Amino acid sequence: MDFSSFLLMRQEILLLAIALLLILTEIFMPQNKKSSIVDLAIFLFGIHVIIGFFAIEEGSMFGGMFNTNNLIHFFKNVLNVGVFVLLLQSADWLKEKIVTHNRGTEFFVLLFSSLLGMYFMISAGDFLMFYLGLELSTLPIAALAAYETTKRISSEAGIKLILSAALASGVSLFGISMLYATTGSIYFNDIIEVITATNLSILGLILFFAGLAFKISLVPFHFWTADVYEGAPISIASYLSVISKGAAVFILMILLFTVLKPLMHIWEHIIYVIAIATMSIGNLFALRQQNMKRFLAFSSIAQAGFILLGLIIGNQLGTATVVYFVLIYVFSNLAAFGVVQAISLETGKENINDYEGLYRTNPKLSLVMMLALFSLAGIPPVAGFFGKFFLFIAAASEGYYILVFIAVVNVTISLYYYLLVVRAMFLRKSESAIPFFENKLYMRLGLIITVLGILILGLYSPLYDYIFELSSKLL
Amino acid sequence: MNFSYTILIPLIPLAVFLLLGIFNQRIKPSVSGYIGVFGLLASAILSLYAAYQYFFIIGKVDGVYQTFVEKTVWMNFTETLSIDMGILIDPISVMMLIVVSVVSLMVHIYSRGYMKDDDGYTKFFAFLSLFTFSMYGLVLATNLFQIYIFWELVGVSSYLLIGYYYTKPSAVAAAKKAFIVTRFADLGFLIGILIIGYYTGTFDFETLNNPEGSAILNWASTSFMGLSAITWALILIFIGGAGKSAMLPFHIWLPDAMEGPTPVSALIHAATMVVAGIYLVARLFPMFYFVQDGFALNIVAYVGAISALFAAIIAITQTDIKRVLAFSTMSQLGYMMLALGVSGYDGHEGVGYMASMFHLFTHAMFKALLFLGAGSVIHAVHSNYLKDMGGLRKYMPITNITFLIAALAIAGMPPFAGFWSKDEILVAAFEHNKLIYFIGVFVAGLTAFYMFRIYFGIFWGKDKVYEHTPKESPLSMTFPLMVLALLSIVGGFIPFSEFVSADKAGFEAHLNYPLAAIAVGVGLTGIILAWLFYKKENNLADKFANAFGVFYKWTYHKFYFDEVYLFITKKIIFKRISAPIAWFDKKVVDATMEGIGNKTVLTSEKIKGMQSGKVQDYAFAFVGGTVVFAIVFIYLWTNN
Repeated sequence: MDFSSFLLMRQEILLLAIALLLILTEIFMPQNKKSSIVDLAIFLFGIHVIIGFFAIEEGSMFGGMFNTNNLIHFFKNVLNVGVFVLLLQSADWLKEKIVTHNRGTEFFVLLFSSLLGMYFMISAGDFLMFYLGLELSTLPIAALAAYETTKRISSEAGIKLILSAALASGVSLFGISMLYATTGSIYFNDIIEVITATNLSILGLILFFAGLAFKISLVPFHFWTADVYEGAPISIASYLSVISKGAAVFILMILLFTVLKPLMHIWEHIIYVIAIATMSIGNLFALRQQNMKRFLAFSSIAQAGFILLGLIIGNQLGTATVVYFVLIYVFSNLAAFGVVQAISLETGKENINDYEGLYRTNPKLSLVMMLALFSLAGIPPVAGFFGKFFLFIAAASEGYYILVFIAVVNVTISLYYYLLVVRAMFLRKSESAIPFFENKLYMRLGLIITVLGILILGLYSPLYDYIFELSSKLL
Repeated sequence: MNFSYTILIPLIPLAVFLLLGIFNQRIKPSVSGYIGVFGLLASAILSLYAAYQYFFIIGKVDGVYQTFVEKTVWMNFTETLSIDMGILIDPISVMMLIVVSVVSLMVHIYSRGYMKDDDGYTKFFAFLSLFTFSMYGLVLATNLFQIYIFWELVGVSSYLLIGYYYTKPSAVAAAKKAFIVTRFADLGFLIGILIIGYYTGTFDFETLNNPEGSAILNWASTSFMGLSAITWALILIFIGGAGKSAMLPFHIWLPDAMEGPTPVSALIHAATMVVAGIYLVARLFPMFYFVQDGFALNIVAYVGAISALFAAIIAITQTDIKRVLAFSTMSQLGYMMLALGVSGYDGHEGVGYMASMFHLFTHAMFKALLFLGAGSVIHAVHSNYLKDMGGLRKYMPITNITFLIAALAIAGMPPFAGFWSKDEILVAAFEHNKLIYFIGVFVAGLTAFYMFRIYFGIFWGKDKVYEHTPKESPLSMTFPLMVLALLSIVGGFIPFSEFVSADKAGFEAHLNYPLAAIAVGVGLTGIILAWLFYKKENNLADKFANAFGVFYKWTYHKFYFDEVYLFITKKIIFKRISAPIAWFDKKVVDATMEGIGNKTVLTSEKIKGMQSGKVQDYAFAFVGGTVVFAIVFIYLWTNN
């Protein structure tokens, strides 16, 4: 057997090795030094991120169960960078947990396992690998959502997530089995040849779709989102809203655009309805949130609705705009969550009211938050504007004018609540404003990377062309 | 060998602007002055080198000056129509590079003294650099759209600099006025550009200006109200140019713009920005000349001539010396316009074009000198008004001499620069349009009169009561005066017609002695009258003012142009048009929008029960949603 073909799985193997190494370190590290595991993990993962940037061969393994190509590889890198920023933003919080609560460092092992699951999920070449990846990516997160064992709300988040996820993956698996029943295969390449629109295959499609829609938190599969985000540690909420959602969008796109393409006349209607519902419901709920984490939860639901505008057209343009939007969304949301994290860590405050007068005391943090919210709202010239703009153009190019119109109305609504936070920070004065504090190095790095991302992605257009180029791989 | 290095000429001031703008607070004022001056010095050296290389080494092929273009596509509209960015090197752009560089450099040096104790010293230099960058960009533009972009940038920097003393309400008002009036004219420019783009499929100057090109040959293809579309476009473009160059009736912003610091007036509102309109017409001269037998060009000629006359008359009665200079600028700009208007194309026929550019060149030098000299005087006596000045020649010898030189130059006295260029303009007018020629000669006399009126008023006559004894300005201010004075003397001896001409081939210009003698005679008359009126304090001037009565009053109030505009905007536009629209906006549009907003919030409130916090409800929604989808789509599908 030629082992060099394992190089296709370079990313997965390396990540697994890092996770195992961290377990060993945890066992042999004396208790009083355990907080340095955080530094080690960040260091190792940093190397992993850098190695990820090197080009990888395209190909498939295990008889077609595992695929990789440049687009998939690119997306894994996006996830990597996102997780890296997340680690930077969580480092101080984790160190504190390890020192004061004498907690283990299972955080990294669980987080990396989940990421590993996502790698396999987006690289999957058949439904079995896909399902395994899906499960591996979800279960550790449920444990992490309950990470703060001293807080009741955190446990509640964990149990809500695991219950909902179990239901979702059950439904999804049911759907997969129906697709198997109609086509006689679980391999994507075989299914694509034989699948036709029958009652059974449509039911399979819908059930399968519901499982992924749960991960992306599309309406009406979104209810868990706000409760879990609110209860879970901020890092995990951030992970769920950015990494987990991004990966799920990506695999959903791959499956819809390739395997399920023959059913496009069905799923484009499903997505049409769900896109409108998701944008509108997400926005309407976001309007009245007081808690920053819940607020960002509903904002991320609304954002997912916008992503569907790129999914609905099912071609190379759609792929490129979706990947580009997700990339921007990763940076914007991480920036917003990062600021929430920093403030919560320092003061424990998480409500929008608490942010009043923040600009006077912490101008830099406020500016980062403003940039992030502008990007989410899609105000030029920050990246988010271009992300949304391209999505809308893509949808309009296929004649979905009404959908685009509804999306534009929703952008207007979203502008209102994003600016509400900006107003609290910049225009409101408060006696009890959060006092000035200095961020630690890791947090600062984490925020700087996101800010650079938001600015550069907005101003450096060749990146989009590059993604567009890559997108031809998919079809 | 090529001219790609000229891209550095605009980029250096841009870099200086960014440097000074970003590190505003951290740079010591003394350092920022040096950064500004040396940055511009570098640009000036490059400009002069480019001029030398172009005019004397490689520019001329077979006796015709070539056009060098380097550009990249910036934005594509259709197969043929694109917006490019680049640099265009031809005789007039190189000539303008010299004008901008020299005057801007002098103004930078002068500002180091003039603005010395100002709080916003660094900011001032940053704005100056921004302006210089924009002006270079405008001059080097390769196409209509690029020139428009820099045109607006120039407008913005002008706005920033007029409103530089932003604590003064009058300065803020003047800045707004300048911006709005020119913007209004620019609307015409923009529409003109779009028409040209639509009918010719290109914005490119080279393609448009080619006498054998389709833009010029096919001008008659579409017509609207008796004029061809291209002619309309040219007229609209000229409106834009008239706005920037303060032609009637868009001139009202220029006198008010004198609220800016005096070096700014010298740079922007005398020598460079205000000539942008002239430059624009010159840039498109082949189009103006060939399309519809020069119909648009006739408009240029008459607007120029009337503006020249009108401004010169007003200048006689003004008492603020900067405003006298402002109207004088407007009058001289009118001169340049009329010269373009009466110009032909080939060889000696194109003397008007050459004269216009020549006058632009010499005027930039002596008018900058006049403004800087006025600044020096204002610096010394802390007032803009003639009544506070007198007998200053004893205290300020250098300013006195240089101001005199500039005054002689603008009055068209030989051998100073203005004599040569003005003579060519009058020759061109004489050959093509006698009426315009007579206006030109009359204006020449008026010019000499009002200029020596303020000269005698400032430097001769009795001493006024001064708070501090006036003293000569420091070297940083007098040095630019001397340099510009030198240029105002020798500038006229440049054989300009061999370098700049409409067909780019160059020709030999000769002094037309009879016409020159008439012009000098009229000018001398003006000077002598001024000498009689103002050399010594006497009541001759007041007597005349009384004799002219109503006419004097009208002139003093600038023919009530401002009042008419105010009446139209306030009484008619605001009251009769804007107020009803505002009502509609508030009561109908806003109310609808607010209603929608309230409904949205209300809906949001109503559906909050959906998020119950119970997992079983969530599971129900999940399964329910799936089932509904399944039923709907399977049903839909079987129906198909």
